[in-house]
Parts: sequence; structure tokens; C-alpha cells
Amino acid sequence: MGHVVIDVMLKPEILDPQGQAVNGALPRLGFDQFTDVRQGKRFLLTVDGAVTDEHLASARDAAEKLLSNPVIEDVVSVRELRDEDAEQ
Amino acid sequence: MKIGVVTFPGSLDDRDAARAVRAVGAEAVSLWHGDADLRGVDAVVLPGGFSYGDYLRCGAIARFAPVMDALVPAAQGGLPVIGICNGFQVLCESHLLPGALIRNDHRKFNCVDQRLVVENNQTAWTSGFEPGQEITIVLKNGEGGFVADETTLDRLEGEGRVVFRYAGDNPNGSYRAIAGVTNERGNIVGLMPHPEHCIEEGYGPSTDGLTFFTSVLKAMASA
Repeated sequence: MGHVVIDVMLKPEILDPQGQAVNGALPRLGFDQFTDVRQGKRFLLTVDGAVTDEHLASARDAAEKLLSNPVIEDVVSVRELRDEDAEQ
Repeated sequence: MKIGVVTFPGSLDDRDAARAVRAVGAEAVSLWHGDADLRGVDAVVLPGGFSYGDYLRCGAIARFAPVMDALVPAAQGGLPVIGICNGFQVLCESHLLPGALIRNDHRKFNCVDQRLVVENNQTAWTSGFEPGQEITIVLKNGEGGFVADETTLDRLEGEGRVVFRYAGDNPNGSYRAIAGVTNERGNIVGLMPHPEHCIEEGYGPSTDGLTFFTSVLKAMASA
């Protein structure tokens, strides 16, 4: 079983109220060295067998068509999830 | 005159929208999200609510419902369509209207009587208003912040496609206080506030919502 990871972030010029809420909460917990927070989305797609170039191409297509809205978001990466990632 | 009202899983205001259609003497036709069939209607309302639980992004999944396969080309061909609240989000996700709606800047749900300025009375849904007329209808949403890049905002303003702007304080951080927009042709209108809730004395702040529906009747009659 293979996995494709897709990361989506709001474009820099788009306001991120959720990120701002997190940014407001961090200093209250003593995390005062971070100057900004932007919140994104991660999608994990599972395929039978190993991840192929075809899977990646199809995942990129899905990322543009459904998983992100190109008006406000950027697809920042579409890649295979490797074992070293899974251990995180 | 037949006006369709689409019901998605999670739509809330489809009944009120149908009631508003009947209030101006038109026939309300229920359209089902799972049927790629507009049943011969002369105009369509995409109502408010939380289609598909607002999962992924508001309107993102509704955009791919079978009914949209029929609606998108019809709207591009000139069929009058209005998207209210979640319906506006669906129209933006479908790229029938520019921009997108994001979480309110103050992160709270809004439920207020909202003053609006009608900036464009040349659309299928606003011809009964005077340009610059101020109206008051209800606004109720958590993700009503209209956003787009600067080029798009400049183009919308330059082409007169900002249909409604919030009067008074900006209730949700919408860029340039934009409450509603239209397409180039003026047959598709989207807005966050709810005209369908403001059609009868004693229920809501005004009856200003009626004009949306009388306007589209006129547009349909002259089409």
C-alpha cells in the first residue's frame, strides 16, 4: 500500500483567520518566538501497491480540481509518502 | 414562470427560497442535487445552508453534484441564477463567479440585520432596485469573507460587477466590503445576505428581499 501526500496552503495575500487565532494562542502558552502562523491542509491518498508516476499525476490533477481552490489556495507539494515520513 | 430551488445534502434555506418564489406568484420547482435535470425551469436559486457539512471548503463538494452538470452550462448560456450564502460559495467554487468566501475575519458566526447598498441594478435579480439604494436584509454565516486578488477586485469594480456592498461597518472582513457580485452578463448573482428571509412584514427587518424575486420575474418575461 502506497501513500501520496498533498499539502495545500492559502495564498499569502489571503487572510487566514484560523492561523491568526493560533498565532494569538501561542504566546499565552509561552511560545513567544513565532511572529506569524499560517494554517494549511494535508491530504493523504492511499493506493494499492507502490506509488507510480501515474498515481502522482492523477493526484496532482485531483489537487488542482477538488482538493484546492486555485482562487485562494496553492498546492505546495504532491509527493509520495516515504517510510522516513511515516515515522514522524 | 418556474423557478427551481436546488436542495443539496445540508441545504437549510431551500424551503424559505421556495416560499419567496411563490410569494411573487411564480411556481417553485424543487431540484435535487443528485439529478442532472433542471426540469424546464426559467431561473434557479442555490439556497443557503451547509451543503456537505461545509467539508473541504464551503461549496467545494456541492460544485460537483450532478445537478451542477446541468446548471453550469445553462448559467453560462444566460439562465438567471442566484446563489445565496452557501449558494454564493457554490457559485464561486464552480467559477461561475469570481473570488471565494473564507471564514469571517473575527472568527465568529454573524447573525444580524445587515444594511447593503445596491450598486448594480442591471442584473436579472436587482433591476427593481434604484442604483445606490440602501436595503436591509439578514446576514447569517460563519464564512462570509469575500476575497480575491487585487486584479480581480479592480476588474469587478471597473466593470460595475459589485452588485452589493456592506453599508456601515464591514461585518466579516470582506475585501472592499463586497457583499455580492455578478458575472459579465448579469444573469448570475451571488451574495452572502439572505433576501429569501425578508419577504413578509413581521418576519425580518424588511420586505426588501421581495424585489430580488420580482426583478427576476421581469427578466424572465422579457427574455
